[in-house]
Amino acid sequence: MNWGLEIAKAVGLAVVMFTFLAVVGAMFGVLLERKIGGWIQSRLGPKHVGPQGLLQTIADTVKLLQKEHITPRAADVAIFNTAPLIVAVAGLMDWIVIPFGPTLIVRDLNIGVVFFAAMASLTVVGILVGGFASNNKYSLLGGLRSASQMISYELPLAMALVAVAMQAGTLSTLGIVNAQAQRGWFVFLQFPAFVIFLIAATAEVNRVPFDLPEAESELVAGYFSEYTGMRFALFQLGEYAEMFAMAAMATTLFLGGWRGPLLPPVIWFLLKMYLIVFFLMWTRWTFPRLRLDQLLNLSWKLLLPAGLIWILITGFFITFF
Amino acid sequence: MLLLDWLYVGVFAVVGLGMAALPLAIVWALAPRAPYPQKRLTYESGVVPFGQAWAQFNVRYYLFGLVFVIFDVEVIYLYPWAIVFQRLGKFAFVEMLIFLVILLLGLAYAWRKGALEWA
Amino acid sequence: MGELAAFIILSAITLVSAVVVVTSRNIVRSALSLVPTFFGVTGLYILLQAEFVAGIQVLIYAGAITVLILFVIMLTEGGTGLRVRQTNEQVPLSILAAAVVAVLLIGVLAQTPWPRATESLPQYTASGIGEALLTNLVLVFEVTSLVLLVALMGAIIVARRER
Repeated sequence: MNWGLEIAKAVGLAVVMFTFLAVVGAMFGVLLERKIGGWIQSRLGPKHVGPQGLLQTIADTVKLLQKEHITPRAADVAIFNTAPLIVAVAGLMDWIVIPFGPTLIVRDLNIGVVFFAAMASLTVVGILVGGFASNNKYSLLGGLRSASQMISYELPLAMALVAVAMQAGTLSTLGIVNAQAQRGWFVFLQFPAFVIFLIAATAEVNRVPFDLPEAESELVAGYFSEYTGMRFALFQLGEYAEMFAMAAMATTLFLGGWRGPLLPPVIWFLLKMYLIVFFLMWTRWTFPRLRLDQLLNLSWKLLLPAGLIWILITGFFITFF
Repeated sequence: MLLLDWLYVGVFAVVGLGMAALPLAIVWALAPRAPYPQKRLTYESGVVPFGQAWAQFNVRYYLFGLVFVIFDVEVIYLYPWAIVFQRLGKFAFVEMLIFLVILLLGLAYAWRKGALEWA
Repeated sequence: MGELAAFIILSAITLVSAVVVVTSRNIVRSALSLVPTFFGVTGLYILLQAEFVAGIQVLIYAGAITVLILFVIMLTEGGTGLRVRQTNEQVPLSILAAAVVAVLLIGVLAQTPWPRATESLPQYTASGIGEALLTNLVLVFEVTSLVLLVALMGAIIVARRER
């Protein structure tokens, strides 16, 4: 076992993958969001920079790269700078267990689904600490509220993951996609889990209708308030990477991953993933946002009991039939 | 192979940190630096900030965190059960049923005692 | 060989972060330092072939417990935590006590005849754990749910008394 070679391969793969994610996921995703938002609101999105505005995000990135780094006077500088890194890295690490094709997965961890949930949990630490380190009332409140929201929705997310794992008999993402070959896509068999997963995923990435903690009209920008320039961009990168990861996970768990006739597997996977992303963006531009207590009630009093009951129902059917 | 799998995880984490820190380094090199006191004041919608940067926080944040930890530990037991219960027969299902009922009791208790209220 | 290197690196990460946790003057930095400590322990679990436990370690410790600790810090210090200094008044006495405990522990550890595993470790997979929980250890499993219930009720009672 040549460790040096393996490490070199891992580094290369990581660089390629993260660049791909940063470009296609975050940059293209932001542009997609603005275009879709424009389309839904009967206006044009970005159009000037590049053909049809395709280079808009690149222009934005270049701009952000030269913005001054303003650190608030009383902030704890070390933590203030680490918080965006935590969020960005957690969002990127999720992608290790996403299968783009029958063999196109970084590593098929045996506990794939648990690892995914764990990385989603890590984001909360970054956000909480970022809000705290800014030494700003709005940031602190925003961070606390966002953290409360995210942890509340991690449980229904886990319920949905458990239900799918029950159906597939394995925690590995590849295994789950392969199990859908025999039983059909889990979106049909496990429709309630699909719904719960999508709602929880939207809340986990702080998107409308669950974006109260960072809503511009509410708490300035919540935990973002003191973050300018590239550090802000890193938070956004983490959130968009996580959103895409949730969409990718939804296709893996419920829509049969890369499976489909004719076209190559990767194309199918990307198509399905973008379908879910489109759906998430569509909800964003359509719904008003929920109040924080409505949001928390939805999770604890509806989704969590529903998830538990669904797990019992699934278990019942699998055991007795 | 287990070690190799997780070696990849470790490498990805390190590379991720490096690549995330890279734009910050670029900014440090390229961006102008002109800090003056007013620019570094805490943001408070345009007014000069006053008072400490904290408010009286309710215990409700802590309660949510607590109930979350308890249920997270419960979910941990659900994961291995989910993948083996099928081949262990009906009794495995009943065992988990008992486990979940006890925890649903806990949820009901928290609900009744107002631990899940935000207001 | 690779395993030894991994062990050394992981132990270093764990120990250094743990020292930062204990000695840092800034309580938030202290709490944040827990995260690398937990990651180090995760790595050590992997070296022991306990994959599921490693995943849980990240999920619960780095994800949930760190968040809870941070909540508690923010509730008690309320934002001024950045300026609270953690000072230790009785440094000489504590060094003495720590040294005595260390000598005792190291002595006991060095003198115990630990059984050496000659073949490779069994894989503590999630399915293995699941089967054990549901067959041999089912009583422990059910009692755990009771423990969790009691913990939940107790904490709610204690926390709500402050109203």
